[in-house]
Amino acid sequence: MSAFMAVLQRDLRLALRRKGEVLTAVFFFVVVATLFPLAIGPEPETLRKIAPGILWVGAMLASLLSLGRLFAPDYQDGSLEQMALSQAPLPVLVAAKVTAHWLLSGLPLTLLSPLLALQFGLDAPTMGVLWLSLLVGTPLLSFIGAVGAALTLGVRGGEVLLSLLVLPLYIPALVFGSGAVEAQLSGLEYGAQMSILMAMLLLAGFFGPWACALALRIALE
Amino acid sequence: MENLRIRWFQWAAPQSFYPLAGRLWPWFAALAAVLTLAGMYLGFFVAPTDFQQGEGYRIIFVHVPASWMSMLIYLAMAFWAFLGFTFNTRISGMMTQALAPTGAMFTFLSLWTGALWGKPMWGTWWVWDARLTSELILFFLYMGYIALTSAIDDPRRADRAGGLLALVGAVNVPIIYFSVKWWNTLHQGASVSVTKGSSMAQTMLWAMLLMALAFWAYSIAMALYRVRGIILQRERHARWVQEVVA
Amino acid sequence: MIWESWEAFWAMGGYGLYVWGSYAVVLGCMVVEVVLARAGQRASVRAARDLLEQETAHDATP
Repeated sequence: MSAFMAVLQRDLRLALRRKGEVLTAVFFFVVVATLFPLAIGPEPETLRKIAPGILWVGAMLASLLSLGRLFAPDYQDGSLEQMALSQAPLPVLVAAKVTAHWLLSGLPLTLLSPLLALQFGLDAPTMGVLWLSLLVGTPLLSFIGAVGAALTLGVRGGEVLLSLLVLPLYIPALVFGSGAVEAQLSGLEYGAQMSILMAMLLLAGFFGPWACALALRIALE
Repeated sequence: MENLRIRWFQWAAPQSFYPLAGRLWPWFAALAAVLTLAGMYLGFFVAPTDFQQGEGYRIIFVHVPASWMSMLIYLAMAFWAFLGFTFNTRISGMMTQALAPTGAMFTFLSLWTGALWGKPMWGTWWVWDARLTSELILFFLYMGYIALTSAIDDPRRADRAGGLLALVGAVNVPIIYFSVKWWNTLHQGASVSVTKGSSMAQTMLWAMLLMALAFWAYSIAMALYRVRGIILQRERHARWVQEVVA
Repeated sequence: MIWESWEAFWAMGGYGLYVWGSYAVVLGCMVVEVVLARAGQRASVRAARDLLEQETAHDATP
């Protein structure tokens, strides 16, 4: 447990020294959300209908962008190897890193989402469901994305390759996350979608760090 | 029992697997050819015209087998990857890599023939139904595997990273299919069924099965042939390779 | 035989383009796959041979 907290605190401290990187993902989310009305037209009815999908895809892409920061800096300066050699189980350390990553990328996206929802004319209950779906969904995306980030460590063209690897795996989260918001928008029950999303988060949170640790060991050999 | 295990592991050495694959692939190729002839004969000269779809339905004799193969090969890749992680044999990674191109090809063919089947039947080249959409995502998974293994220079790392990706992908495929199916029913999308409306005549089913077996034999032949090239490439420093190519 | 004539066979009740188009693509892909695999095999053999030559040349020089 203490190893978890130690790594978590370390990552947070390091990231706060490079605040710029944290804000990039957030601004990317805002820009992407702004692009769609520009591309499709400002008609409120259309925007309201497509808002759940767009906001979720935007959050997904922004989350993807920030994955490059998860392991690469530690890999480059050798601290990742130190972590792999340490006494604490690597999956625990990985879980700590992913949690820190989420606190710095997924959580800000989630907190910002109501503002963007306003731009799309979503009502308060729908905004609430959006917020909730992102709160559960973004950690899920972080855990899945971490495996991809570990697999592509130090690989040529890693960033683009990472997107290709991870986006298909993101699809279930996308379907149920945006599905929950759409359900609320249509006045239907969103409980089922949220339950499935939470179940996926539990699975990913449990198995993800384990698969990720394996991928890291493969990369470090 | 111990003897049996040792016997099996003997084949796992690239040096033994190379000639074994060399002896086997021609048989599978021949089997594929025979099954194809039988299947095509049955499909084109015995199976009757479909009541609803006319002659256009005959595409299913390649479309459905290609779909089945695309999924089966991915499972085979995951299986070999699992073997590789459990027993740490080099040949497992090579087999996974040997299977991938054929799997990707069948996924592509499934999508392409699906489009050619869909256009005359339902009027559009593409339909966002659960099966086709899942097939498209499977294609992305294949592309991801091939891209990852090509990008990593060290063959051992490429094998292991690819293997892990294949395993993670295989675990995710049911989840992806389930979510796509749910998405489709919710939005009341189209549902293209192979057997929609008409009941499959016996001969149609048999032709489809024969073609599926033909594709299966073809895949095995292709993978065994391809793994030989991979073995030579990887093991080219070994004395036995030099004796083989001299 | 269930076809009245060869023309009917090729026409496939109006779906000829789609049916034969599909089979052509399948055949084409398989041919390409086989060609590429054979090229891969030849390249591997060539690489191994080159390595062998290098090493025997190396051994030959005193």
